[in-house]
Amino acid sequence: MVMGVMEGSDALHPSQGMREVDKQFLAAPVKSAVDKFQLVPEFIKVRGLVKEHLDSFNYFITTDIKKIVEANNFVRCTFDDKVYLRYLKVSVGKPSVVKDGITDEMNPQQCRLGEMTYSAPICVDIEYCNGSYGHIVHPQVKKGVVIGRMPIMLRSSHCVLFGKDEEELAKLGECPLDPGGYFVVKGNEKVILIQEQLSKNRIIIDKDKKGCIQASIMSSTSMTKAKTTLVMEKEKIYLNLNSFTSKVPIMVVMKAMGMETDQEVVQMLGRDPQYAALLLPSMEDCSNLGIYTRKQALAFLDKKHRKWNNSNNSNNRKDDGGALGVLRDIFIATIQVKDDDFHRKCAYVVVMLRRMMDAYLNKDALDDKDYIGNKRLELSGTLMALLFEDLFKTMNTGLVAYSDNLLNKSSRSTKFDISQHISREDITNGLERSLSTGNWNLARFKMDKKGATQIVSRLSFIAAYGYMTKISPQFEKSRKVSGPRALQPSQWGMLCPCDTPEGEQCGLVKNLSLMTHVTTDEEEGPIITLCTNLGVEDLSLLSGEELHSPSSYLIMLNGSILGKHRRPQLFATSMRKLRRAGKISDFVSVHVNEKQRCVYIASDGGRVCRPLVIADNGVSRIKHHHMKELKDGIRNFDSFLREGLIEYLDVNEENNTLIALYEGEATSDTTHIEIEPFTILGVCAGLIPFPHHNQSPRNTYQCAMGKQAMGNIAYNQLCRMDTLIYLLVYPQRPLLTTRTIELVGYDKLGAGQNATVAVMSYSGYDIEDAIVMNKSSLDRGFGRCIVMKRHTAVYQKYANTSEQFSTPSRAPHDRERNQLLDNDGLASPGEIIRHQDLYFQKLVPENANISVNAHPSNIKYRPSRQTYKGAEGEAAVVDRVALCSDKRNNLSVKFMIRHTRRPEVGDKFSSRHGQKGVCGTIVQQEDFPFSERGICPDLIMNPHGFPSRMTVGKMIELLGSKAGVSCGRFHFGSAFGEPSGHADKVEDISATLVKHGFCYNGKDFLYSGITGTPLQAYIFMGPIYYQKLKHMVMDKMHARGMGPRQLITRQPTEGRSKNGGLRVGEMERDCLIAYGASNLIYERLMISSDPFEVQVCRKCGLLGYENHKTKAKVCSTCKNGDNISSMKLPYACKLLFQEIQSMNIVPKLTLADS
Amino acid sequence: MPKTPLWDLPELPKNELPLHLQLQKTRVFCNNDAPTHTENIHYSGAYAAMGVDNSLRLDEFRKNFKVKIIKLNEEDMEFDLIGIDASIANAFRRILISEVPTMAIEKVLVANSSSVVQDEVLAHRLGLIPIIVDPRLFDYMSENDIPNEKNSIVFKLHVKNKRGSGERRTVFSHDLQWLPFGSEYALPTENPSDPNSNTKPKTYTSYTFSQDTLPEFSSNPITVTPGIIISKLGPGQEIELEAHACKGLGKTHAKWSPVATAWYRMLPEVILLQDIEDEDAEELVKKCPVNVFDIEDMGKGRKWATVARPRACTLCRECIREPGWEEKVALRRVKDHFIFTIESTGALPPEVLFTEAVKILEDKCERLITEMS
Repeated sequence: MVMGVMEGSDALHPSQGMREVDKQFLAAPVKSAVDKFQLVPEFIKVRGLVKEHLDSFNYFITTDIKKIVEANNFVRCTFDDKVYLRYLKVSVGKPSVVKDGITDEMNPQQCRLGEMTYSAPICVDIEYCNGSYGHIVHPQVKKGVVIGRMPIMLRSSHCVLFGKDEEELAKLGECPLDPGGYFVVKGNEKVILIQEQLSKNRIIIDKDKKGCIQASIMSSTSMTKAKTTLVMEKEKIYLNLNSFTSKVPIMVVMKAMGMETDQEVVQMLGRDPQYAALLLPSMEDCSNLGIYTRKQALAFLDKKHRKWNNSNNSNNRKDDGGALGVLRDIFIATIQVKDDDFHRKCAYVVVMLRRMMDAYLNKDALDDKDYIGNKRLELSGTLMALLFEDLFKTMNTGLVAYSDNLLNKSSRSTKFDISQHISREDITNGLERSLSTGNWNLARFKMDKKGATQIVSRLSFIAAYGYMTKISPQFEKSRKVSGPRALQPSQWGMLCPCDTPEGEQCGLVKNLSLMTHVTTDEEEGPIITLCTNLGVEDLSLLSGEELHSPSSYLIMLNGSILGKHRRPQLFATSMRKLRRAGKISDFVSVHVNEKQRCVYIASDGGRVCRPLVIADNGVSRIKHHHMKELKDGIRNFDSFLREGLIEYLDVNEENNTLIALYEGEATSDTTHIEIEPFTILGVCAGLIPFPHHNQSPRNTYQCAMGKQAMGNIAYNQLCRMDTLIYLLVYPQRPLLTTRTIELVGYDKLGAGQNATVAVMSYSGYDIEDAIVMNKSSLDRGFGRCIVMKRHTAVYQKYANTSEQFSTPSRAPHDRERNQLLDNDGLASPGEIIRHQDLYFQKLVPENANISVNAHPSNIKYRPSRQTYKGAEGEAAVVDRVALCSDKRNNLSVKFMIRHTRRPEVGDKFSSRHGQKGVCGTIVQQEDFPFSERGICPDLIMNPHGFPSRMTVGKMIELLGSKAGVSCGRFHFGSAFGEPSGHADKVEDISATLVKHGFCYNGKDFLYSGITGTPLQAYIFMGPIYYQKLKHMVMDKMHARGMGPRQLITRQPTEGRSKNGGLRVGEMERDCLIAYGASNLIYERLMISSDPFEVQVCRKCGLLGYENHKTKAKVCSTCKNGDNISSMKLPYACKLLFQEIQSMNIVPKLTLADS
Repeated sequence: MPKTPLWDLPELPKNELPLHLQLQKTRVFCNNDAPTHTENIHYSGAYAAMGVDNSLRLDEFRKNFKVKIIKLNEEDMEFDLIGIDASIANAFRRILISEVPTMAIEKVLVANSSSVVQDEVLAHRLGLIPIIVDPRLFDYMSENDIPNEKNSIVFKLHVKNKRGSGERRTVFSHDLQWLPFGSEYALPTENPSDPNSNTKPKTYTSYTFSQDTLPEFSSNPITVTPGIIISKLGPGQEIELEAHACKGLGKTHAKWSPVATAWYRMLPEVILLQDIEDEDAEELVKKCPVNVFDIEDMGKGRKWATVARPRACTLCRECIREPGWEEKVALRRVKDHFIFTIESTGALPPEVLFTEAVKILEDKCERLITEMS
């Protein structure tokens, strides 16, 4: 069905008459495809694009922090147990700054500019008692005690930007298009990357290195974190647990847990003799060991129990109770054992065994570690919670230690008050340090994460967005397996299939799709009650045999067994109905696994999910009137959710559904319908027009390149003081847009220009993807960019003085040099600054360590200057000068120095299809070809770029933009958008072109600008959105003759920044040797490197020296100068000899006559 | 062209090319796949074998050469150049774009600019504003020249948006004021407060008299194209600057180009190779987006396609797109008939620009001749 965007409004009219039409008509391909798209912007409006970060952080700051404090709310002194402190309530306040004792409100922009941390106080109410001193003392209560400062995520519920509209944001100096989701720590914008991990508390069946089947579970509770593995080795099953020194036969464990008879185990395993047969070797093994009773088993395990010789841990494990304790507290810790009733744990182990055996009998029962449903994403809130918990505990132990110490003292001058000794620095500094370094070191959880945070680079608007959706991998990069790197089918709709870096991180670093949401933790209690009400038979009431009875399904909640249900489908359906009715949270997933005969209910955090339209028997629940109401503003996305028209599904639940891409494709079995297919792509890939027509790696390349494109950064870009800002002077919005572009705001903060491109060969300077540019276009501002660099100067503080402002001298001979400087010694904004110009001058005390007593007037100062080092022959401008205090509270001055550049030969450009190229030559306009209408292209691209790259999307972009330019309507190229009208079809574009007198295929009749005659081919010409990338020759080109040398080797320095030499490397040397250019080798490797004249003793072969005064040449070994020859040697060689000598090796030179 | 054996060719009168060669010589064939016979044949002996002299004859050129003005207003002009070689037409085009001088702002002295537009961007924008003045009245300024009334024009721009005005103020190009006396900014001197110099302080220009005393400017002061947005000012922002214009060529920088663009196209020729009747005719008429074809009623209900407006053809090749149509319709271009369009930026009227271009080409030819002799 042909549907254009314009027809969208018409589509509503038939709906009026639809009321009395039969169901068949309703099931027919409804014209609502266009309308349904409205849900996406609505979704993004209510949600923002980084909601997962915000939700996670909000959850932490409102709920989790309370739980953490509550769990550790009691602090008692070991010295005097009457002295205690109890935390009653915790809350996080509004972001503020305390300066000289005055608390001020703070906004993020202030923090960025002032190198501060955007944080809010953590306030607690405490109840405490300072000891009884013999009489009863009522506990005191103090409210609003600040225990530290919590960095606040921008746009989270505690941020000042929360819920602000565009105008209010502008007043706060904030860009309304900025997504938030990051922190400002010491003036740097830091984002906590989403961490990908294997699910915790879930049984995962896979093979170990030897090919043995193993079932592993990572159990993690608030107390412990331990991995339990069951391995099937040579048909025998063992338990691997860190607390045991070696693997333990599983039957011993079962016996230790109270299942003394083998029959019990076999019964629990199920009636099928297959399973019993598989367990037989293990049982034999156990009896071979002579273990028959629980006591024997425990004794056996006690021997295997690893003793923690590490004294630090002895405190925690004082009462570990030997092997039984291990089994109780560490072995599958998620299953809590009450009153030594191991029934639940046994059942769990049996379930694990059964699943292993299933895998043994049937290979495809193995779990896939790369399956997204087996993964959890750890977001900022989770990480912050871990860190906070650790710091809070540290603070409390510190408090106890300090109070003990104080109370221990025999004489105390002041009255002891425990509330006075709460250290607020521990938490503040700990949080700040982890955020700014990215090191998450938590001894308690054996966690040592590096690089958890990254600086949000503001190269382009899209780059900043990219950081918010980036997922960092769990695996180390070195693993040479393709599995985790491959595209998983379960990624569909959740993770972007295009956006991944190239190289070593390829496929490991992923990005979220447009509509993905990541869940937060949900209370289990109500769900358990609900399940029981729905007829789940509790596990503890079941006998062993009933566990695997074929007539019923196991019900698992967050990895632990709840019980059984006889009608799993009914159960699942009713759970889902309750969820759709809003009785339980939207993000609880219910999933029936028929193979494993289980119903999995998940309410834990970190699952990825996405919204889908619910369909009943293939008929979408969303009708036209819903969409109309949405358009009229009566509805929003939440009301769709609340009314059960839309629901969130996670990856596991998706397996129970049949999702139709479009309504028209729905069959009677269809349960859900996609909202829009383009939402499977992420933000970066969403910029590409017609990505579904491109070869897939090209889209991946563009995802990487879009982040390097220059353009607008944010609305507040000119108020930012970043170290490096790249801006385009005249950025444009793409003529060929996509829906994602509109949703993200790329049309407002574009990073590129619409260039008229002619695809033809021209001049030979366009080989290897080089492009030929039109000089007049460049004159008129095409590709012009601004590079702003920050230069900082600090006024240091000393013991009793500090560095001073200095007024530059205006004396005739100084005037030239000081002309940029204002009277305060700082370059004034707007001044033109060149290489080697002075931009800062201050007065420095001549003697850095002046005594504190020195009278200020006696301190002598000398001027200290800073000169600008830029490209020679280029004029930059001082853009802004800002004064602020830095981290060490020194006065620091920041200069933004701006350089405007026009494109030159060698600058890198790229279209949005992974087609990068450098500017090969710049040609006068009159030499450029021109069309019948007088159109002259801005750049010429070689057609050889197309066949091997297969970027058909680029060609369609050209056609679409050309049609867009001629008819005055922005055309669309959303991914997979043709059927739903979000991408214009080529036929329609061609028709538009023809209507405006162009050829349908976009090829124009061009005249050569040089000869004036028509070209002998029709040229494919039209606008393509081109990005200028940050790589510019000016920053890279380098050559030198004489120059600096390294201190030790006296060889030329390396690198452009040090004005280094160009190395003749091994391979270059080989070429010269092969060619036989011996004198050239001699010159390059010796004369122009590090020649050195040495005196060599012919007799002993060692180096001598020349006495400078007497000009006598002496060999210090032979003590005479009889056999000295002088020769030339690379200094590095001489150095090598001496270094070798220092290691007691004698290097000898044997000289021969040449 | 269907191939015919040589002996089947009709006897030709001497000094005349066979029909197909004549066509190839004078027309560009715009086929569906690619244009053919685009080149011009200049060699005098190219057709010597047929006894045809291909040399250019001045008298013939004189006789055949025509200029027809189709459209002319202050800004653009369309005219036909008939009977001229592509290279000459192209030379005019090239000269128009890059070698006819105009005045453009080259130096900007910024006294104060607090707008968001960066100084160099502002200067760049100012440079691109066309100045409505006859550049022939001015001299070029070489590197060491001091700007004077003969080689420079000075504009002043002083716009301020009052603090608290609450709205944005757009700075337009017509806010530029012409300073006929030259620059008002004093040069920084060695001794700025020289008390005994009661003469006027030296400025960045040294005008001996005011430009508006010149008869050319006394009645019509120098202006720029109005309505071009230069910048926008927020409350409290101000721009104060002086812009110095000088004479230059388009090849140095596009701002000196007197034309927005100048180009030509060859006269389209649409030939119906066969009679196209009835449905085909209607189809053909419908196909063409620019209505090149018409239908003629032949009576008895029969219809006949005719080529009514070949000039409108944009070469979309829609009429010959479908297979089979290429045999019915031929799209061609006349090689020596150029529809020339000049879009002036406003400094000079387009017709003057063209005559200037001709003069420049003449100049070049003369220079070549003198240097060769």
